[in-house]
Parts: sequence; structure tokens; C-alpha cells
Amino acid sequence: MATSTSTRDAYAPPPGDPQREQRAARRQLWRSRLWRFDDKASPYAYIAPFFLVFAAFGLYPLIYTGWIALHRVEMTGLDRMEWVGWGNFDRILHDSEFWTAVSNTFLIGVISTVPQLLVALGLAHLLNYRLRASTFWRTIILTPYATSVASAALVFALVFRADGGLLNWALHFVGFGDTNWANGHWTSKIAISVIVIWRWTGYNALIYLAAMQAVPNDLYEAASLDGASRWQQFRKVTIPSLRPTILFTIVISTIGSMQLFGEPLLLEGGALGATGGNENQYETLSVYLYNYGWNLGHLGPAAAVAWAMLALLLIIAAVNWLIGRFTRTSAA
Amino acid sequence: MRITRSVAGRRRRTAIVATTGLTVSALLLTACSDSSDSGGGADADGNITLTVADFGQFGYKEAGLFEKYHELNPKITVKEDTTAEEKNYYPKLLQQLNSGSGLADVQGIEVGRIKEIVDTKADAFADLGKVIDVDEWVSWKEKQATAPSGAVIGAGTDIGPMSLCYNTELFGKAGLPTDRAEVAKRTAGGWEDFLALGEEFKKKAPKGTYFMDSASAMFNAVVSSNAKQYYDESGKPIYQDSPSVKQGWDLAAEAASKKLTQGLAQFEDPWQAALRKGTIATVVCPAWMAGQISTYAGDANKGKWDITTAPGATAANWGGSFLSVPKSGKNVDEAMKLVKWLTAPEQQAAVFKAIGVFPSNKGAYELPDVKNATLPYFNNAPIGQIYAAEATSIPEAVIGPKDGVIKDSISTQINNMEQRGTSPDDAWDAATKAIDKAIG
Repeated sequence: MATSTSTRDAYAPPPGDPQREQRAARRQLWRSRLWRFDDKASPYAYIAPFFLVFAAFGLYPLIYTGWIALHRVEMTGLDRMEWVGWGNFDRILHDSEFWTAVSNTFLIGVISTVPQLLVALGLAHLLNYRLRASTFWRTIILTPYATSVASAALVFALVFRADGGLLNWALHFVGFGDTNWANGHWTSKIAISVIVIWRWTGYNALIYLAAMQAVPNDLYEAASLDGASRWQQFRKVTIPSLRPTILFTIVISTIGSMQLFGEPLLLEGGALGATGGNENQYETLSVYLYNYGWNLGHLGPAAAVAWAMLALLLIIAAVNWLIGRFTRTSAA
Repeated sequence: MRITRSVAGRRRRTAIVATTGLTVSALLLTACSDSSDSGGGADADGNITLTVADFGQFGYKEAGLFEKYHELNPKITVKEDTTAEEKNYYPKLLQQLNSGSGLADVQGIEVGRIKEIVDTKADAFADLGKVIDVDEWVSWKEKQATAPSGAVIGAGTDIGPMSLCYNTELFGKAGLPTDRAEVAKRTAGGWEDFLALGEEFKKKAPKGTYFMDSASAMFNAVVSSNAKQYYDESGKPIYQDSPSVKQGWDLAAEAASKKLTQGLAQFEDPWQAALRKGTIATVVCPAWMAGQISTYAGDANKGKWDITTAPGATAANWGGSFLSVPKSGKNVDEAMKLVKWLTAPEQQAAVFKAIGVFPSNKGAYELPDVKNATLPYFNNAPIGQIYAAEATSIPEAVIGPKDGVIKDSISTQINNMEQRGTSPDDAWDAATKAIDKAIG
């Protein structure tokens, strides 16, 4: 700003009195310091509310959870903490139920995420065509996402019920009417995945759709001039352009499946839901944590599970990053 | 960087706004921790609202007791806050006790939790021994709620003397006696007799029917009819060597291997459906269970059921609750008066009449509402007399802090034996693992 100098000079005192001049100079210096400070510090003040909230509701619980994980704390006496060091981690790592929960979480994660993202990609592709009432269709596919986990899980629990469930009733016309969905090791995982897929497919489809619309039209025009079919365009143009978006949805879905809680808890409900079924066949890590902390009242191991989950997520993120780097270099 | 004065002025103003915003949000954050209390002291006219937090069905609303209390004490209004499942209620209660806020003036506590509360939280509750006469209760009930210091932190509401509910129609079809005295005679020797009766039932029973709903209920009945259960007097868990647990477990395994049970987890949907369809011949029946059966079996099965005494000489207790008064409340004295009134014989009898949970206050047994009570649904069984007789033979059991969890873990594994054919050894391994985790 070229004008600034002259404006400021207009306020400079007339020369003559050296003392006044000195005072004015000092004031000038002070002011400019203040301005500089304001200039540097204000942005931090603007973003500070977030960090305050984060420190209170994110960082503090995180660290406090870590602190609890190193102690023996019972729900019945939060004031009595007894140092046990790594004992709680040792305890959960030697608990076969923990490893069952880990493998359940991953299996359910895979069988829900993979089909979900594939279907979302297909749906986004369809929605990307010139459609009549496109906004209507886009809203429709987002509706499952707008329902609450609890109500979705409760409705699906009725669908998958062994006795008088909607699905069994339908299947019985083709002769398979007596599957006890929640009781089986695979059937229970499939049932939970169905709920997850139902809820999240539309959400991911909209993300893909947004990314697809950012793909330059010239690429498609060039491709069709070269005689590429719709399918070829999808594979050779759309998918490569969507790579960062796909990576993003994979990360989000992984975090989501790591936190899977409401669906398994409510599939059977009651005491069975809290332990993930009779043989923990659909117990996820979050349910395991909940059961340890809230049903059994041992907060130490429950906190240790929370930290173990964080560690697992970091490992997954690292693997994801490595894969991303590898594919990028191999693509180049 | 050079800036104009006017811009700088605006900047300064925004900086002030930002700082103010910060201060306000910081204030808001700290304000959040200042929770609001429920209820509160008396208003200008001395009117008081007392809050009662409980779970499941305490029956006060059904018996109209809170309205009645308000009529007797016009300045006091009672509000009830009921959580449907005790499983959700208890963790909330613990959290409130830990934080010291959000507690109601009167809190219900289930018998499976009372020992843990007595052991760890007795200081937080008022001593009800000052207002109630513990000798009015069945002998063991108030001992369960008495802290080592001698303070009585809970006034007993109901108890669950266990008898046997049976489907007379199915018994008849299978060629078994249907008269309640006859059935009692056949099982007088204990639960082994009961299983023998089951085998006889199985031979001629209609297809698709089972002698009992779940072996875990029988296990529970066997263990609960002994003084020594999961813990010894010193508070050490002894469930692995406890003779009653072993006896109950072996009987349950036998019932599972002989397929005398339908293997249904009690209270869950399939169990309710089985009652509706009438595929179960017997249900181990604490007083409150009769209400469950009549609800789920429905009008179509009215009159087909009957009640008789449980197998064996000693009865068992299953369930029952306490009312307690947290010290932190603002109206502790009034709350204690309310508890005394609610657990007095007349009120317990009224609750029994309304929803069928059986009084723990002995004085109620002589009242006509209890003494002459019969259940039309159960072929007019004289439940008042049956349960009162059972109540006197219940042994003084040692209860432990984790009784409920131990029972649940074992029930799950019994269910696995019934439903999945898990071998008894594997099931016992899994149960001990789960229990050790819960106790540890």
C-alpha cells in the first residue's frame, strides 16, 4: 500500500521541539510495535477457540485416558487409583477376547467397506449422468445417512431376527427360513455389515459424485473422440482422477469401522449385545471397551483398549500412506 | 508491512472482539461444569418435590402410592424417574455417586448390586436404621444392606421367593399330574427329581414342546437355595469350588445333554414368543416371574398355568431391591420418611396386589391383600400363602459384590451348552475366564 506512508506522516508532529519530537518518536515506535504484535497475534486469537475446545474435550480426555490406562481404577471408586504401569495393557493383550474383537473389527470392516465403496462408486457414476430430478435422487440416497444409528440398528434387528424376522420370513419361500443370523459367526458379521452398508453408501456416493463433477469435461470429450466406451471412460478417466478421493473415503471408512459400536450392540440388545453375542462372535473393539468399562466396571483395561485402538488406527494410517506412496511412484 | 491507520483501527477492534469472544467461550467452558441439581429445597410455602430414581417395575405408580403420599402430606410431591433396564441404571448411579451430582432423593438398588454398594459407597448414604425397624423384615434381607459400621443403607422393597410355574395343559398331555400338591410331591426330593420328571415328560410330550425354558434358571435356583454360593464369609470368591455351583452346573449340563430345555435366554424376544406359543412346560418362578408369564403368554393361555412349591426342601431367593437415600440430597429427612412409608407393610401389600412383587416386610404377610391373594391366571393359585411359606425357608445367603456378573457369565455358557452343544468342559473354561476378568 503506497498511500500508507503519507497518511501516517500526516500525523507526525511538526519539527522544532526536540523533546516533543522524541516523545512522538517513542509513541510512534510503541504504536508500530503494537501494530506488529496485533498483526502477528490476532490470527492465533481467531483460531484459539477451536484449540481451547480441543484441549478441553479432545486432548485432556486423551491424556487422562492414558493416565487411567496405567492405573487400576474401578467404576465403584474413581477416587482410588492404584499404579499398575503396563499391567492393563499386558492384561488385554493376553486376553483372547481382545484378539477376537480385533479380528471381528477387521473382518466386519472389510466386508462392509469394500462392497460399500464399490456400490457408492457405481451409484455416483449413475448420478453423474444427465438425469431428470437429479437433486431428488441425490437427496434420496443420502436419507439413510440422516437416520440415527440406533433406529437403523433396531429396525435391522427386527429384519434379522431368528424367530419371526422379516428376512427369514422372505427366505422361507425359497426354503432357507431358519437362519439364526445373530448366532452364527459369519451370518452375524454379514448382518452388521448390511446395516453399515445401508447407512454409509449414499454418503460416500455423494463424495464421489462431487469429485466426479470436478473432472474436466475435455478429458471425456477427448476420450469419446478416441472411441472410448462409457465403461472405458469410467475405468481410464474417472477412476484415476478420483484416486485421492477414494483414498480419503477409505481412510474415513476405516476410522468408521474401527468405531463400530451401535450396530453390534443393538443387533441382539441386552446382555448379549454388550458382549457381542454368546461367543463374542460379533464383538467389535468398541463393544469390548464398553463391556470392560461399563458392564464390568474396570476402567483401567477399558482405557488401555482405547489406546490400543488409537495405536491400531495409526498403524493402519501408516500402511495406507505407504500403499499410497507406492502406487503413486509405480504410476509415475 | 505497512498499514493504514484506519485498517489498523479496524484490526484492533477485531482483536478486542476476538479476545472478548475467547473470554466468553472460556467462561462458557467453565460454566458447563456447574451442573444443575434436581429437586431442591423447599419453596416459599414449604412445598417440597422429592425425586425417586428406580428401574424396571417398582410398582409404586401402579399402586398409586405417590398420589396417596401427596394426599397425606400435601406439601410433598413425589416424582419418579424410571430406567427400564437395571443394567443401564446401575452404571449411571455409580457415575452420579462418583461425581456427587444428579442423584435423586431416593435411589433404588438391586440386590445383586447391594454388596458392592455396601463395600464401596456406604458413606454416601444415610443410615435408614434410625427410622426403620429392621426386625420387621425377613431376617436376611436387611443384613444385606447393612454396612460394617452398622448403618443400614437400604430399606428392603420386594423379595423373590422361588416356586415353580407349570403349564397344566402340557403336563396333562404328557401324562404327568396336574394338581399342584401332586406335582410338589413328585419333586419333593430336589432338582434331581425335577429332571427325572422332565424325562418322563419328554417321552409323551407333544412335538415341539420342552420341559423347561432354560437350564440357567434352574442353575440359579439350585445355587440360590444354598447359604454358600459364589463368595465365602470373608468376601473371597469361591465359585470354582462351591458345592452349590457344582451341583447346579452338573444339573444344567445334564438337562442340556438330555435336551429337556429349549435353551432360551430369559426375557429376550424368543423366550417371550415361546411363552406365547405355549411350548414350555415349566418356568422357575420367583414371585415377580408370574407377572412376566401372564404378560407374555397372554389371554389365550389364561387358566392353563399353575404354581407349586419349588423342588427340594429349601427355597431360593431371586431378585428384590432396596430403597436408599443419598446423603447429598437436600431433603434427606423427608426422603427417609418417604422410604419408611413406602416400605411399610400396607404399602408393600398394595404393591404386591398391583404388580405381584412379593413383600420383604414380614408384617405384610398377615394383611389380607397378601394372605388371601390368588392368581386367576394361574388357576387361582394361592400365591400369598405359597410365597410366604417359601420366604421363611430361604437360607441366609452370603452375597458377594459381583454375584450378578458371575451369574450372567455362567448363564451365557449354559446357554451355549443348550444351543450350540458346547461341551461342559469347554463351557466351564469359558465361564471361568469371563468371571475372572469380571472380578479382577
